[in-house]
Amino acid sequence: MDKKYIVSPNPHIHANVSTTSIMRDVIIALCPALVVSILAYGWAELLVVAVSVLSCVLLEWAVTRWLMKRPSTVGDLSAVVTGLLLAMNLPSAIPLWIVFIGAFVAICVAKLPFGGIGQNVFNPAITGRVFLLISFPAQMTDWNPTPGFIPLPDAVSGATPLSVIKEAIKSGSTIPEFMSAHNYDLASFLWDAGASAGELSAGALLIGFIYLLIRRVVKPWIPVSVLGTMALIAFIFHGINPDIYTGVSFNLMTGGAMLGALFMATDYVTSPMNTWGGVVYGIGIGFIAMMIRYFGSYPEGMSFAILLMNCTVPLLNMWFHQKKYGRA
Amino acid sequence: MTQTIIWTVAILSVLGLLLALILFWVARKFRVEEDPRIDEVEKVMPGANCGGCGFAGCRAFADAAVKASNLDSQYCPVGGDEVMQKVASILGLTVAAKAPQVAVVRCNGSCEARPRINDYDGAQSCRVKAALYSGDTGCAFGCLGCGDCAAACQFGALSMDPSTGLPVVDQDKCTACGACAKACPRHIIELRPKGPRGMRMYVSCVNKDKGPAAKKACANACIGCGLCARTCTHDAITVTDNVAWIDPAKCKLCRECEAVCPTGAIHGVNFPKELDKEAVKKRIADRKAKEKEVVHG
Amino acid sequence: MDKVTFSMGGVHPHDSKYARDCAIEELPLPQTVYVSMAQHLGAPAKPVVAPGDKVLVGQVIAEPGGFISAFVHSPVSGTVKAIAPRKDLAGNPVTHVEISVEGDEWDPVIERSKSLKTSIPDDKAFILDRIKAAGVVGLGGATFPTHVKLSPPPGKVAECLIINGAECEPFLTSDYRIMVERPKEIVIGAALMQKVLGGCPCVIGIEENKPEAIQAMDAAVSLLGYPGIRVQVLKKRYPQGGEKQLIDAVMHRQVKSGGLPIDVGAVVQNVATSLAVYEAVQKNKPLITNVLTITGDQLPVSFRHNYLFRIGVPLSFIVEQAGGIPDSAAKLVSGGPMMGRAISNLDATTVKGSSSVLYLSEPVTRRRPETNCIRCGRCADACPMGLEPFLLNRLYRAGDLDALERNAAQDCIECGCCLYSCPAYIPLLDYIRQAKGQVTGVLRARAVAAKAAAEAKK
Repeated sequence: MDKKYIVSPNPHIHANVSTTSIMRDVIIALCPALVVSILAYGWAELLVVAVSVLSCVLLEWAVTRWLMKRPSTVGDLSAVVTGLLLAMNLPSAIPLWIVFIGAFVAICVAKLPFGGIGQNVFNPAITGRVFLLISFPAQMTDWNPTPGFIPLPDAVSGATPLSVIKEAIKSGSTIPEFMSAHNYDLASFLWDAGASAGELSAGALLIGFIYLLIRRVVKPWIPVSVLGTMALIAFIFHGINPDIYTGVSFNLMTGGAMLGALFMATDYVTSPMNTWGGVVYGIGIGFIAMMIRYFGSYPEGMSFAILLMNCTVPLLNMWFHQKKYGRA
Repeated sequence: MTQTIIWTVAILSVLGLLLALILFWVARKFRVEEDPRIDEVEKVMPGANCGGCGFAGCRAFADAAVKASNLDSQYCPVGGDEVMQKVASILGLTVAAKAPQVAVVRCNGSCEARPRINDYDGAQSCRVKAALYSGDTGCAFGCLGCGDCAAACQFGALSMDPSTGLPVVDQDKCTACGACAKACPRHIIELRPKGPRGMRMYVSCVNKDKGPAAKKACANACIGCGLCARTCTHDAITVTDNVAWIDPAKCKLCRECEAVCPTGAIHGVNFPKELDKEAVKKRIADRKAKEKEVVHG
Repeated sequence: MDKVTFSMGGVHPHDSKYARDCAIEELPLPQTVYVSMAQHLGAPAKPVVAPGDKVLVGQVIAEPGGFISAFVHSPVSGTVKAIAPRKDLAGNPVTHVEISVEGDEWDPVIERSKSLKTSIPDDKAFILDRIKAAGVVGLGGATFPTHVKLSPPPGKVAECLIINGAECEPFLTSDYRIMVERPKEIVIGAALMQKVLGGCPCVIGIEENKPEAIQAMDAAVSLLGYPGIRVQVLKKRYPQGGEKQLIDAVMHRQVKSGGLPIDVGAVVQNVATSLAVYEAVQKNKPLITNVLTITGDQLPVSFRHNYLFRIGVPLSFIVEQAGGIPDSAAKLVSGGPMMGRAISNLDATTVKGSSSVLYLSEPVTRRRPETNCIRCGRCADACPMGLEPFLLNRLYRAGDLDALERNAAQDCIECGCCLYSCPAYIPLLDYIRQAKGQVTGVLRARAVAAKAAAEAKK
């Protein structure tokens, strides 16, 4: 044989899937929510997204190239996903240099020091977000909507529904009073003003998630267990005292519940690999998030809940194993 | 305010005391009686835990050494005679000195000498490659070039040379622990005595194919012609399965075999002077002529 | 009819059965054949001829070299030239009998008429003897001697004979062709094996992507009317044709780790084996021919063939007959693309289990560079044995044999689903196969030690 033919162990063919194709699917799935938020918050939002994505990609490229001296992993698009998720967690009015700091923490603290993609313990985008939330609380909670391309129907300026309600309860008013005063209803499912890009429209996020389900990129168990746990806890507490505990639909449709459950908690790297492990992980996230919402000093607890449960993933991976053939 | 401070201090102190007591009790209860000499021996060991001695690590070696009645069956290749003397003195035993050894790569099938005949696309692991097939060259015995040996070396003494595709031993760093020899699925690497001032001879080939087949696969192969064995006056060279082997115990480093080898498969290293092949060949010819005279005369 | 499938894992590669409409052609005879002495699982056969001997087609040239071994017959008539080591598919030396072809004279005891012989002999031992004497081995891939598999150890009873017509590997069409062209012979073969096993029910499993084969086999079953034989349609899913998976699909039973199919009352035989059994018992014809597919991706139709070949014909001859190696081919594979072996030596000869020569093009077959595991869990989802390949890969690299054993590395069936589905292109199976070998070695040593200890006690 003159030509050098390839020789390798089996299999000799490969499924049409790669890390890049998976990340591309996630980016596509984030697009509906992204479009909604850009329409709602205009140029400012577009800039936040652009700066976040560009900073993540450039930082990853620079660090892998010059500090780690490895082939760059920018091509796998994971940095783009991190950038998008980070941007979707930020208010549109945030100064752009803070966005860069968030990207820096996400890529250069949470991701690359652990060995890059696949090796990080904590979700990079959430780590970046939480870092910013603690470091720049004023800017991070400035929810004054920037001028959008289309008008928002129900503009609650200055704060998210979750924080507005928390303040209201602290000041002694009850939820039914507040609700009737502010005209909140299920419309927030599609259109929820005064929130970060990713928290804006639960509907758009769901559409994206359904795309991921159809493409078999993710499985539904983690989101179902997160949202189910949140709903159950809200149902119980709301049933006990509807005056100070918000209800089921309100909790599912506001804040980072959808974004967190659908796109952050399902991150491959920082979630358990086994289905049952994933369910336990989801229950943990839902529980912690609701405890923070009801009893914590922060109005929203999704990010903290996911970060805390990230720590348990190695344990969950150790405890939960797949059912094996021929071994009862 | 004061009361809070007092309570806090009091609770923490009591808690600390309690835990200390529990720790003390646990330490007493679960104490393992060990020969204190094990610790002493372990202290003089190199501490690399390489397993080159055949034990799981330095402590396991020390444990075995303390229990043993003599040290004949144990040797720390990393620490060498120096460490063995120390171990022996701690245990009140004696050890005989061993010649220091070094890992020798017995394949010289560089990319140039041994053309590739197919394109290996599997995992970069010699074990995987060896289990799959006879390799991407015509030689079914030589180096596979995936660097399992270099990965097994804990002392950074082995590295893959990208120009030849073969491993290179740094003889100053090599401790002769044997990890590379174990890792190589083709058993190319042999531990051989370092030799006086590092001078040593070896056959850099393990190809058991018959001459023509070996030659076809690799320009640097030992073709088993036996010329070296016939030339050697010290009875140090044997040819089995079409491949020569030099017994380091008998070799007198005369380099005659190196001079006569038609393929350059025999290597001499660390000699102060370059080998003058013609001069050595002439010396051999003269000697042979003389022998003939003796026989005929 | 209900379609069934196995209960965990599996992948859905494109079936690429491009050669499905190519009728079986008979391959001409080459000048020389090389018959391997190690073309079955178990001990190599021992040659009983010497250089210079004249042989007829179908004459025994080697005897079994142990209990698990098989007879080997001459596929041609001519003169034995040499008995010497020769490189096999992987380039490793194996003893071959070299025969130069002279004419095509068959041993007169072989019945060469095409007439169908439907009566099943009453004598089980007679059937088994014929199968053994004909050197029939499992043609589904493992080449386990068939007569051994048809003789359950004492205390074990066969409850179901499964005839494997799944042919779940992409590209391969040889089983499909024989099911379409020779369904009656296959059914009679199944009935013969049924008889040997004491008349247990027999299920012929065929994947849904072969409707013509299902139809042909169904028709043959009802026409011949043997009791207790039926065709079962299977869903299309790889590795449906794996022995353990097929038992799971058809009988809803799982073979215990380290156990044999007969432990759950199952005997699995391939359709090609069934055909070989028919020929051996009814026609007294030893296993000297088999059907092989030549195909590949991006190939013109003229390159696609299903050949009836004499076992021992060099691969290079077959390739030449089929029009040479196409330029697009970057890898040659013997067997399916999921479990087949890459051909590094085209001079190698065909063996009883040869089922194909595949030409795969560079974009389809070249592995992309390995990147970091992103812990997506696709490998674990794909594993039909319920293993966690990502974990086994890590444990192997860490050298943790105990943990590998606990996590059942020894159960791996090497189907390739994990590597096939890995988005990071980690050579999972390459390493897990090594791990499996090491763990199996430990288990075997332990079993030997336990046996020795038990004997010492006595």
